[in-house]
Amino acid sequence: MADNVKPRVKVPRSASAGESVLLKTLISHPMESGQRKDSDGNPIPRSIINRFTCDFNGENVIDATLEPAVSTNPFIEFEAVVPEAGEFVFTWYDDDGSVYTDTKAIAVS
Amino acid sequence: MIFTRRETLVLSAGAATAAFLPMQVNAAADDAIAAFTGGAEVTDGGVDLVAPEIAENGNTVPIEVSAEGAASIMLIASGNPTPGVATFNFGKLAGAHTASTRIRLAGTQDVVAIAKMADGSFKRASANVKVTIGGCGG
Repeated sequence: MADNVKPRVKVPRSASAGESVLLKTLISHPMESGQRKDSDGNPIPRSIINRFTCDFNGENVIDATLEPAVSTNPFIEFEAVVPEAGEFVFTWYDDDGSVYTDTKAIAVS
Repeated sequence: MIFTRRETLVLSAGAATAAFLPMQVNAAADDAIAAFTGGAEVTDGGVDLVAPEIAENGNTVPIEVSAEGAASIMLIASGNPTPGVATFNFGKLAGAHTASTRIRLAGTQDVVAIAKMADGSFKRASANVKVTIGGCGG
């Protein structure tokens, strides 16, 4: 279990209908690659976020598979179309089975 | 310094191994690409891959990919111990088919992006990144 896992998401507060908005996500996570060794020469077991998804009102925006080559505190930036007011749901899946979620509402002006 | 016959043999064997190793690494990257494309032909162009020319720290190298009309994009670091980096599958509400993230690179190498287009064809782009300090720890 990775400690102090904290998702952070940046979503604009409002958008016009049908507009494409930029979403930035970051989650604090060590993303231990499994390649490193500790001071005694024993390999440190792999522990990463292996999947990230973003949905808007039940429709999928992006579904990313992450490998150990993604940096510590994985940062992902992408764009989404906002057809109506609603809520973005961001989900991160950890190797150990933990699931972290964050939600952000967006208004249509 | 004069080499004896024995030393010369050892040296040349070492050089041969060193020359062979990168090929093995690239074979792993090729396998990963083949697994993604299913052996389909991959054409150049149609994908934008933005990567720094020189990365001082291999632990966080900012990478941005975009491909108009792509269903998914796979990123490969051909010189890493495990070449796969990330695969982005774009859903119905994806805006511009673009994604950026930060990745680890073990050393100077080519980063490859393969995009699977909506019509089932595959496009690729690659960029060489010079890495000053590798990002795979020790």
